[in-house]
Amino acid sequence: MSVIKGYVLPGLPHLVLTPDANPGWKKVRQAMDKVRKEIEAADADVLILYSTYWPSIIGHQIQSRPEPEFVHVDDEFHELGSIPYKFRMDEAFAQAYVAAAKERKLTARTVNYNGFPIDTGSVVVLKLINPNNRLPAVIVSSNIYSDRAETLVLGKAGRDALAKTGKKAIAISITSLSNRLHDHFIDPKDDKINSLKDQEWNQKFLEFLEAGRLEDASQLSRQFHREARVNKVANFKPFWWLASIMGQSNRYKGEVFEYQPIMGSGAAVVGLTPSASEARDLEFDENDPDSYAGERNVLSGGVEVELPDDEDIADLDVEKT
Amino acid sequence: MAGKGKIVAGVLAPHPPHLVYAANPEQNEPKAECGWETLRWAYDRLRKSLAELEYDVLMVHSPHWRTNIGTHFLGVPHFKSISVDPVFPNLFRYHYDLKVDVPLAESVCKEAADLGLTTQMMRNKDFRIDYGTIISCHLTNPSWDKPIVGISSNGAARYYNMDVLQAMMFKLGQATRTAIEKSGKRVVLLSSNSLSHRHFVTEPEIVEDMSYEHINNHNQYLWDMKMIDLMKQGKTRQMIDVLTDFTEQTNAETESGSLTWLMSAMGFPTKPAEVHGYGTVIGTGNAVVEWREA
Repeated sequence: MSVIKGYVLPGLPHLVLTPDANPGWKKVRQAMDKVRKEIEAADADVLILYSTYWPSIIGHQIQSRPEPEFVHVDDEFHELGSIPYKFRMDEAFAQAYVAAAKERKLTARTVNYNGFPIDTGSVVVLKLINPNNRLPAVIVSSNIYSDRAETLVLGKAGRDALAKTGKKAIAISITSLSNRLHDHFIDPKDDKINSLKDQEWNQKFLEFLEAGRLEDASQLSRQFHREARVNKVANFKPFWWLASIMGQSNRYKGEVFEYQPIMGSGAAVVGLTPSASEARDLEFDENDPDSYAGERNVLSGGVEVELPDDEDIADLDVEKT
Repeated sequence: MAGKGKIVAGVLAPHPPHLVYAANPEQNEPKAECGWETLRWAYDRLRKSLAELEYDVLMVHSPHWRTNIGTHFLGVPHFKSISVDPVFPNLFRYHYDLKVDVPLAESVCKEAADLGLTTQMMRNKDFRIDYGTIISCHLTNPSWDKPIVGISSNGAARYYNMDVLQAMMFKLGQATRTAIEKSGKRVVLLSSNSLSHRHFVTEPEIVEDMSYEHINNHNQYLWDMKMIDLMKQGKTRQMIDVLTDFTEQTNAETESGSLTWLMSAMGFPTKPAEVHGYGTVIGTGNAVVEWREA
């Protein structure tokens, strides 16, 4: 079977803990409630979450613990409070996803450990859109080194797993658009997108998504990463994964439920429903790999590095502190 | 507490979970056959060296407690829970039970705020201590018989650039020193970071199979050796001055600001550092290095 619906959802804890502190946050929370109702009405078997809040290094990790349970506190926004959770994971589907990923030459493994720290984004999204664990879920990590080819293959492996298990899924990328948080404390009522440039890029991206142009948005990810993201990882991957697992096309009905600032970042709630009509395409000019050919070591191999010599160092005029 | 407080030592104390895994402490669930001995023996030498000192508190600056709104400090007296590494959960599932010197943390927090830094005390009792803090503290003092002060790392290197971060860490180091001196306590500082930090993205079936372990690439190794050479020569100001290039060219974990904070707090020591050892962990470069207060 396949993905019957896709979403882009934000993952900051304010949506669970203090939605009333800012009218915009409240609107995003209400949009999440709409998504919850849509999901309840959909005929899906499993939720597949790709979380930009969960980094991995050894390939791709997929949460498979049947009932992970803990009390979550965000590293940054700990003063907002604690979020107790108990979720329901689809262990069999997680294993099927890992098998499909390995079939496509990716490194992948399931994660099933007591006390594993499920990331803030996944906790927030699952609490809001699947509060009673009506549907089982799996959570997919975001490898800090992977780039487009690897992420596309990861999405395709998800499709393989769905085909193999015969399940119908809702695919969710948990991410902000622009991710530039405020670097100082603010009164919640004064929240705004951190810069006009971030705002313009967010709006451009949302235009594409509202028109159902998911593949076009996916192929603009590198540009978006350069323009509107603090570069914490190699690239901006959530749209690569979402477009890939949903089938790499512009054939969607897009709906922007809400878009507001949360602590300076761009928080958008977007739905994408497969549709018979296709929006026009813009790019479609990037490679489309089917299997992962391994790390090409582009970040570290063959680069000539010129180290400072002792004379250079001796000449340095180090400012006293 | 009578008298003027003092930083009695500062340590570059990296936190690969592999080192705890390989040592098989009772607190860690997974068990290993062996592994990463050169670094574990380096920590042995560090512990032996610190045993010569009397100190009251371990203060640790951790790359894995990342904050964007300023610098945060652990502000709850006691934490007990399990820490599972989200990246290497197969290696690190550690049951911790630790005490925090909250008054000293509050003092550093206040001194830093007085210097213009954004700061916050972390008062949530459910907060889970990051694995960087736990690993560096465990490897330095496995008996956990001393309280700690836990400090978050600010993301300014990515948000702005390394120079902005370093300017902040210079101030945080000054605030740390001032607070310690006012406290009357004897403190060991831990900079919980690796040097070069490009990982391999696969691991062998037997994770502790050392036939797979080596530096990720020669560029990283050359840079690591350059940094260690500067430490051994006591050229810490010069080391910090080239830290931007080092960090960018080796993907180094010094982007957390931990090492810059340590050097600033210690007044950029000119006495040669004691390098207890260097080794690689899943391709990253790690050194255990000790500076004694002059």
